[in-house]
Amino acid sequence: MHVTAPAARKAAVVTTPFRMTGGRVTLDGREVLRGIDLTVTEGEVVAVLGANGSGKSTLVRALLGLLPLSAGTGELYGVPPARFRQWWRVGYVPQRLSVGGGVPATVREVVASGRIARQSRLRPTSAADRAAVAHALAEVGLSDRARDPVQALSGGQQQRVLIARALAGEPDLFVLDEPTAGVDADSQRMLAHTLTGLVRQGRTVVLVAHELGPLEPLITRAVVLRHGAVVHDGPPPAAVGTHALPGHDHVHPHAHGEVEGPLPGWSDASLGSRTENLDR
Amino acid sequence: MIDLLSRDFMRYALIAAVLVGLTAPAVGTFIVQRRLALLGDGIGHVALTGVALGFLTGSAPVLTAVVVAALGAVAIELVRARGRTSGDVALALLFYGGLAGGVMLIYLTPGGSTASLNSYLFGAITSVTQQDVWVIGALAVLVLGVLAVFGRELFVLCQDEEMARASGLPTRFLGLLIAVVAAVTVVVAMRAVGLLLVSALMVVPVATSQQLTRSFRATLGLSMLFGTMATVGGLTSSFYVDVPSGATIVLLALAGFGVALGVGRFVRRSRTRESTP
Repeated sequence: MHVTAPAARKAAVVTTPFRMTGGRVTLDGREVLRGIDLTVTEGEVVAVLGANGSGKSTLVRALLGLLPLSAGTGELYGVPPARFRQWWRVGYVPQRLSVGGGVPATVREVVASGRIARQSRLRPTSAADRAAVAHALAEVGLSDRARDPVQALSGGQQQRVLIARALAGEPDLFVLDEPTAGVDADSQRMLAHTLTGLVRQGRTVVLVAHELGPLEPLITRAVVLRHGAVVHDGPPPAAVGTHALPGHDHVHPHAHGEVEGPLPGWSDASLGSRTENLDR
Repeated sequence: MIDLLSRDFMRYALIAAVLVGLTAPAVGTFIVQRRLALLGDGIGHVALTGVALGFLTGSAPVLTAVVVAALGAVAIELVRARGRTSGDVALALLFYGGLAGGVMLIYLTPGGSTASLNSYLFGAITSVTQQDVWVIGALAVLVLGVLAVFGRELFVLCQDEEMARASGLPTRFLGLLIAVVAAVTVVVAMRAVGLLLVSALMVVPVATSQQLTRSFRATLGLSMLFGTMATVGGLTSSFYVDVPSGATIVLLALAGFGVALGVGRFVRRSRTRESTP
């Protein structure tokens, strides 16, 4: 990625991508987040972990302002999401590619849409846009599929398209919702490789995962959710390493006590990962 | 063909046919991508109230139809954006209200009867006047202009609304914009195929080109071509054979879809063979 040097970015006044204080979210009358306090500083690589239904995805979507808070406050680079204007700084990778009502769209078209926050309405696509798209496609190894319709791609390849879309926008902050869910080992390694590069450039990464797999060595901080509250916030629990090695197929029965986590909440989170795998 | 072009009313009709054939599928591509294929039907029902209002107040039905259809489209979009669960029922209520309202208003019009609505319900492209051509032309330019300026943003919105919001796009404005543009398109196409068949021109050419294309851009372009072929083809056939133009246009479009379905299947099969020898 050829953008402003990390040093230049660090010189920016506000270096707190996310700050949430007492954040609560209620969906369909059910309180999904119950008072979250979370601050993510620049350059951190945060994994949001937790069992199915613990509120992981809700948390990242609330952090981005995609879901309204019923109480508490949230800030994106020091500004409430509703008043935030520098959306080019944010790259969001949703769980699934939306294929848009069956109208075909090529891989390149979808990836190019990641530039939208950097484009102005009346300006045609620029050389810089095209270069960023080509670079993003190469980064995820889909250059040769650029002209294929996204509908024809496998789940893992579609996930790569989503990552390339975020990369194309050259953001400072990457937010990935379950990038490893239902993705083949090849795509997981590709993701780990891409994220390694981003982390080296000093970008901030917040990712939701139930299984870190090859991403595990990159994580600087783990936030574990349980029933909509943070039960662990600190270094990634050691248990992840053995639990989520590539090829680990989750067939062995594990009791609550088997995984020795640093906190009681942790073993629940790893148990949750098993149930989520079955869901998919 | 010379014979056909020598008549004023046919020249006007042909211009209207081309304009409708270009605009309806262009908007339709975005509407289908947004999973609102039936939006045109809903707006069409609401527009009927607008047409009847024009008769009642003695103003041009096309203008009252544009206003009422746009208001209806805004209402539909607001209902849709609010919540998903009761959305389709609320939309249905609006559709029936539009149809019943139109019939009631025309009944209240002195000397009016539901027969005067016929040409709006089923289309009467050969009754298009020179003044109509100017109105339709202006509306078509407006619609295509909006799509040209906002196309990139509308693509993101219609593909993935959450992504659009996370990119800082004004999603509420864009949602209203595409709804109002669809309403204007319905009114543009109303004279050609009728309010009850308007949606066919917004959806069928898109479904047809979808069988043959790989990209959004190509789908958009090809659907405009297919739409124009259907409107012009339907109009000329109805000139030489005594058949209603609106129905002919829609049936031609559907026939095109049938052909594309077969061709698309064949093309895809040979493509798979190429890639897996």
